[in-house]
Amino acid sequence: MTRLRLHELCGYRAGDKGDIANIAVFADDDAVYEVIVREVTAERVKAHFGAMVTGGVLRYEVPNVLALNFVLHGALGGGGPRSLRADSLGKTLGGALVRLEIEVPDSLADRRAPKPDVGWARTIVDGLTD
Amino acid sequence: MIRVAGGQGFYGDTPKALDALLAEEEGVDYLCLEALAELTLAILQKDRQKDEARGYTRDLPAYMAAALPAVAAGRTKIITNAGGINPTAAARAAIGTARDLGLHGLKVATVTGDDLMPRLDAIAATTPLAHLDTDAPYTDFPAPTLFASAYLGARPIVDALAQDADVVITGRVADAALFLAPLVHEHGWAWDDWDRIAAGTLVGHLLECSGQSAGGNLSRQWWDVPRPWDLPYPIAEVDADSTAVITKPKASGGRVSFDTVRHQLLYEVHDPTAYLSPDVVADFTSTHFEDLGDDRVRVTDVRGRPATDTYKALLAHSVGWAGEARIAFSWPEAHEKATAAAAIFAKRVEQAGLDVDEWCVEMWGVDALGGPTVPNATSEHDAEPPDCVARIAWRCADPLTAGLVGRELVPLTLSAPPAGMTGMGRGAGRPTELLGLWPTLVEKTHVDPHVAVTIEET
Repeated sequence: MTRLRLHELCGYRAGDKGDIANIAVFADDDAVYEVIVREVTAERVKAHFGAMVTGGVLRYEVPNVLALNFVLHGALGGGGPRSLRADSLGKTLGGALVRLEIEVPDSLADRRAPKPDVGWARTIVDGLTD
Repeated sequence: MIRVAGGQGFYGDTPKALDALLAEEEGVDYLCLEALAELTLAILQKDRQKDEARGYTRDLPAYMAAALPAVAAGRTKIITNAGGINPTAAARAAIGTARDLGLHGLKVATVTGDDLMPRLDAIAATTPLAHLDTDAPYTDFPAPTLFASAYLGARPIVDALAQDADVVITGRVADAALFLAPLVHEHGWAWDDWDRIAAGTLVGHLLECSGQSAGGNLSRQWWDVPRPWDLPYPIAEVDADSTAVITKPKASGGRVSFDTVRHQLLYEVHDPTAYLSPDVVADFTSTHFEDLGDDRVRVTDVRGRPATDTYKALLAHSVGWAGEARIAFSWPEAHEKATAAAAIFAKRVEQAGLDVDEWCVEMWGVDALGGPTVPNATSEHDAEPPDCVARIAWRCADPLTAGLVGRELVPLTLSAPPAGMTGMGRGAGRPTELLGLWPTLVEKTHVDPHVAVTIEET
């Protein structure tokens, strides 16, 4: 077994409804999906977010798109129009979740998230100040 | 086959996105403009409080100006919930825009009846109105109510289309229902044909957040999305049997793939086996997605169950006034200095006798967004950030106090650890009112008799 950050294996997107955030994580294939179903439990996600999430965490399996959907109650400091947080809509919580480390079998130990290639952006940005 | 497009994903989105959709050779039969979020209703409520003629999204005339010439040419129709909490005023604005453009004879329909404010006491007398998430009883709701809107479904829009409306303006209609309505109207789907109603709802859900199903906010390989500065807004081609293909304007950048579509599928969704809409309970886990290549994803096998007897409704109340300020520090000891500055600021506020009901302290550059998910530094070598911004927000009972609190940060420029830059982000802005939300359920029988469609020609 190897420890990997969920980020190496999965995509993510977070959204808000009132004071509830949902975070979907997406596996690339069945092997990864099987691992995250086993490893990324609602309890682990609740512990990962600590004091940031005051309520319970529910998990839904969405096998048709190889995803898990986590619903985090009391996750947004009271909800968009009420919250004092800069990220009052919880847009960044997906990134926060995939920081979680999980145990993966050795067959997946070499999996890594592709590295961003922003050469195109650097060219544009450098051009702004030339 | 009907082509519906998601031309807007939120209040403040860009009307320029309509150009690419309207330039499509195959055309777009319906442009659906989704303008409302929970936060948007709160913003519009503040607008209406200042001016009774407001309460709809102020960029509506810009959207109308961009799309109405195509409507007048018979190339498309517009459906939007930009009416917010004042659809009647929004329709007046849209009609004004049409007349300014010399476009006469267009039928503009207004859907009203989502606003529960006039009847809230009567509804509360016979309905629990308990908080949907916490089960708190309505007696806990802190009056006064600032707005109360029910999430209507697609039916009144279909009524409007049946009366030959060219433009349909609604208040709080559920996002996906804007897209379902033209499908029901054009394909003649029965309201109890639950699988098709669910399919149309799912299509609406995939289109309602504009660029988010076409490569926007994509988590992996986001850097590979073609020409992200020209991100397209999505189109669905929907057959009478409810088979749909999600795609995009060919000339634009962006991408539609299995991955971009599944990212949107679960956005703001709780139980994916029971996506509750006013028109149906849809099961998103039954659906089959097939990536056809060339920015086309086919959606089939959506299952639906009968709609519930209730509408979701959203009530809001004031919870005080917020202010915020930032102060930045550089290496060395940036985090420690920022922590000290936040503490000094809080003590100065206390010394000034200003009452703060709630504080929020975020250390940008350290763990502002991730909070407890960010591991603590384990050695002194990986410990120190190159810079740190303390963002401090507070809630007070009134705007005057919230404003005075912000002023206590200013002296820290010369009276804090070295060298605090209090000008970060233009410092403290004006205090803003915070609204608490109260999501609840209302029986449809309390709402439907008051839903009305009125049509006026430009």
